[in-house]
Amino acid sequence: MPASLEPLVEERPVPGFAGRIARALGGLLRQTRRDGFAVAGISIYLVFFLVALLADVIATHDPMEILFLPTGRVAANRPPSLDYLLGTTNLGRDIFSQLIHGTRSALLVGVSAAFVVATLGTVVGLISGYFGGRIDMVLMRIAEIALSLPFLPFVIVLAGFLGASVTNVVLAVALLLWPNAARVIRSQVLSLRERAYVEAARVTGAGTWRVMFVHVAPNILPLSFLYGSIAIGWAILTEASVSFLGFGSSTTVSWGYMLQDAFASQALSRGRFNWFVPPGICIVLIVVAGFFISRGYEQVFFPKLRG
Amino acid sequence: MRLFLERLLHTLLVLWAVVTILFLMFRLMPGSPLAAYIHENLSEEQQKLILQQFGLDRPLWEQYFIYIGNLLQGELGVSFFQRRPVLDVLMDVFPNTIVLTLTSLVVAYIFGVLAGAFLAWKRDTAVERVAVPAVLAIRAAPEFWIGMVLLAIFSFNLGWFPSGGANSPGQFYDSELDRFLSADFLHHLILPVLTLALYLQGLPLLLMRSNMLEVMHDEFVTMARMKGLSEWTIVVRHAARNALLPVITAFALGIGGSVGGNVVVEIVFSWPGIGRMLVNAVAALDYPLAQGAFLLIAVVLIGMNFVADMLYSLLDPRVTNARVA
Repeated sequence: MPASLEPLVEERPVPGFAGRIARALGGLLRQTRRDGFAVAGISIYLVFFLVALLADVIATHDPMEILFLPTGRVAANRPPSLDYLLGTTNLGRDIFSQLIHGTRSALLVGVSAAFVVATLGTVVGLISGYFGGRIDMVLMRIAEIALSLPFLPFVIVLAGFLGASVTNVVLAVALLLWPNAARVIRSQVLSLRERAYVEAARVTGAGTWRVMFVHVAPNILPLSFLYGSIAIGWAILTEASVSFLGFGSSTTVSWGYMLQDAFASQALSRGRFNWFVPPGICIVLIVVAGFFISRGYEQVFFPKLRG
Repeated sequence: MRLFLERLLHTLLVLWAVVTILFLMFRLMPGSPLAAYIHENLSEEQQKLILQQFGLDRPLWEQYFIYIGNLLQGELGVSFFQRRPVLDVLMDVFPNTIVLTLTSLVVAYIFGVLAGAFLAWKRDTAVERVAVPAVLAIRAAPEFWIGMVLLAIFSFNLGWFPSGGANSPGQFYDSELDRFLSADFLHHLILPVLTLALYLQGLPLLLMRSNMLEVMHDEFVTMARMKGLSEWTIVVRHAARNALLPVITAFALGIGGSVGGNVVVEIVFSWPGIGRMLVNAVAALDYPLAQGAFLLIAVVLIGMNFVADMLYSLLDPRVTNARVA
């Protein structure tokens, strides 16, 4: 397309890099507010975020402490009561406090995985789409190979052999999830780089990296957020599964750890629903919040992207 | 045909890349390079045989070619703790996983397609406003947790179903087929299938719903309306058929995804399948078995991706034509 047919310079003042990002984010928030799903999702996140911040205040006991009754016996397998809001485990630990502290590790895993996925996906997508050619081909082949690895088995093998830690789970999740983001961002960049304003920036002497990160990148920010919010749920689910299988960190309390503890301690056959139902519900809530937010985003920004 | 060969070659390349990653992953493991295949648990003759068979005393690059050669012959080493060839161990449990996966997918997709079409028809009603978030919530639930809740209610509390395994102990059958068709096996199968189906139905449901909504605006539907066909004929014979195409592809992809994704459900129900085998092998540091199980899962996944790709262009010629053009 001949650039001369398009108005080269837009009328409004061009803000700096920070200004562009702020504008993109502001628009994001304004648009999101219109969608019921997104509002519900963000509210759930806010509540969990507050709980994680105030965990020490809300929790009634130390989550790993073995509690004793006034009679001196271990307070094991107590039903829910005012002393133990959700009862205690078979080792006498307070379930409610574990649940509250589990919020922290869930958010930590979710947000850090989302951050890595969004960053890696955005950078690879930008480079791949903007430069094209051989770089593009190599990067997209790598993406395809990463997508061909079976997700959970890969995380299990990695966590099982490298040692059980939150970092390894986050790493494994990020390693397999960035290609989804990168692919979509790449195709968006392909169309953005042909736009008139990018052409204008190039003509006025902006360098390659400046055009990429100052002019193109802010426009794909909503996509980065979308894939980030999807990754939060995936990471939390995966961490829960890996912990449940016994490959999780044994020093931090997570919802997956609680479920594994309950499962291994015959909570099912003893009908101790107060033990294994609450962590599951927390996982459902936080993951569905991610779904709601991404759904809301998609409907507002990319109505044609669904499926 | 050209497209077929092109995709096949592509699939083989991806498979080769995954096999290479696997080789490196298990060689770079802590411990000596021998640790990936040799364990004191194996008899001396077995150890010697494997050392020679896998060329473990040769340089790494040579080992790599030997490894590829062995793979092509189905030689995966000997399990440390079962002391049998890995391939035999895997083939014992693989059918259980396939039966579990296929049954769950069929149940999930039949339900999902019908419910998705129904929800598309009920667009902008109270039913839809409740059902869509509910479906999303079920999809957000960890599979193993759904399994735990079902197990606690229907097995331990009500006693309707056995609590795990694929067969009651002490049962013998003339053939695998007899075993799969026995009432005992089906009784064991119901809860795990229900768990997986609950998780899997979300995708076909949402897919079918959005496809139906999209297709109903297409020109050929308008054409059918103009011909004066009844609403039923339009929806079932014209719209639903087209909306089904992506769902069929998703089914093929679902097979590949579930064989590996089943892992947690197999653990909850002690289902003797490939996923449970992988977890136990990793926990016991039985490297050859873990490697073999992972490889088998990956091969199914990559193979089904290929099948899905082919199905899509077969069912919807527009895709093929667009690619050639």
